[in-house]
Amino acid sequence: MKTCLIVDDSNVIRKVARRVLKGLGFEIVEAEHGGHALEVCSRSLPDAILLDWNMPVMDGYEFLGNLRRMPGGDQPIVIFCTTENDVGHIARALYAGANEYIVKPFDKEIIATKFAEVGLIDFSQLPPA
Amino acid sequence: MTPSDFEYLRKLLRDQSGLDLSADKQYLIESRLVPLAKNSSLAGISELVQKMKGGSSLLVTQVVEAMTTNETFFFRDKVPFDHFPDVIIPDILRARSSRKSIRIWCAAGSTGQEPYSLAMCLREMGTALVGWRIEIVATDLSKEVLEKSKAGIYSQFEVQRGLPIQLLVKYFKQQGELWQINDDIRAMVQHRQLNLLHDFSQLGTFDVVFCRNVLIYFDQETKTNIFGRLAKATAADGYLVLGAAESVVGLTDSFQPCLDRRGLYRPTASASSKRIAISGAFVPSTAALARP
Ligand SMILES: C[S@@+](CC[C@H](N)C(=O)[O-])C[C@H]1O[C@@H](n2cnc3c(N)ncnc32)[C@H](O)[C@@H]1O
Repeated sequence: MKTCLIVDDSNVIRKVARRVLKGLGFEIVEAEHGGHALEVCSRSLPDAILLDWNMPVMDGYEFLGNLRRMPGGDQPIVIFCTTENDVGHIARALYAGANEYIVKPFDKEIIATKFAEVGLIDFSQLPPA
Repeated sequence: MTPSDFEYLRKLLRDQSGLDLSADKQYLIESRLVPLAKNSSLAGISELVQKMKGGSSLLVTQVVEAMTTNETFFFRDKVPFDHFPDVIIPDILRARSSRKSIRIWCAAGSTGQEPYSLAMCLREMGTALVGWRIEIVATDLSKEVLEKSKAGIYSQFEVQRGLPIQLLVKYFKQQGELWQINDDIRAMVQHRQLNLLHDFSQLGTFDVVFCRNVLIYFDQETKTNIFGRLAKATAADGYLVLGAAESVVGLTDSFQPCLDRRGLYRPTASASSKRIAISGAFVPSTAALARP
């Protein structure tokens, strides 16, 4: 089973994301901010990370930089999931090594198609359009 | 809506756009046409039908367009957009190496996500296409979707569906909450209004035809007729690409599926013999509709 780390300071968002991603067959780990997420990753690297930008302690951008410098840290597929929707933020995220980018609000379909596009799930798992 | 209103609309839609509505689709008419009636200050669907019978051709167009399903997204179903740069274009490049031109047709381009996905694929192929003349023609029945396609402006939701983020950053300009595709990509696509029920021989022949997620709305007879005419519009060594839920099986002998390439079809030898024989517009038979 693939694992997905959900990093978001809102427990409502984590709960919604957890439900969607469980439905897609992931084992879920949660973190409330980037510092916590780094701890989780140093114990065991997940296959996928759904990452918020603005969080206390350490934001998603800083976390991503740290993750990519860790041994094996280039492996997890990182999908930003944030309200920051301007091209400047998106370009910075890509530069820091993000694989994809979702602008909130998201729903099940958006998550599922993005996860399929980056190869984390099979297209056959998508609900028919 | 009375049964006779339903029959009238059903026949009209079949004749005008090919839409094949079964009796269980009354709800679809209600959900699409009640708002249209309201906008035209008409009390409901019966009044709308009365006005159409009175000869309002503007209203007929509006009804036909309102009943089309325009759902689309960038790189829809992904597989065809892998086949396009990996199989189709390399093959055409070999076949057209002396002429150095490629013609591509999106036969139901809707709001532009499909033709622009193809245009971006071609850009991503880089130098392989330098010196080639490439035409992408996007057609659709609906004027409204063509206008949107021409503008090339999409919401965050639309660019979030199917478009890899790297391509968004590379090929779009952000305008407030919206994104517009760059002018050079936009300039690669020509737009024309076209009803697939009508003669399209004036468009000429194409090396690649994308005709996806439109024939599913038509009855068998209409599909067969369109396949026959599409074969005529497809070069003998060209490709037809259909949607994930579509196939030619049991409908035509003008195209055959490519082995191991889902969604890809090529004209058959029998299609070339018909390339001269079939022409003209198609009038769907309405005999079957006389009965409720
Ligand atoms: C579901 S969209 C498919 C768009 C795109 N090809 C895709 O696969 O995402 C179907 C499109 O077919 C158009 N359409 C419906 N009837 C048509 C007809 N008779 N001739 C041409 N286009 C038609 C509609 O206006 C609509 O934009």
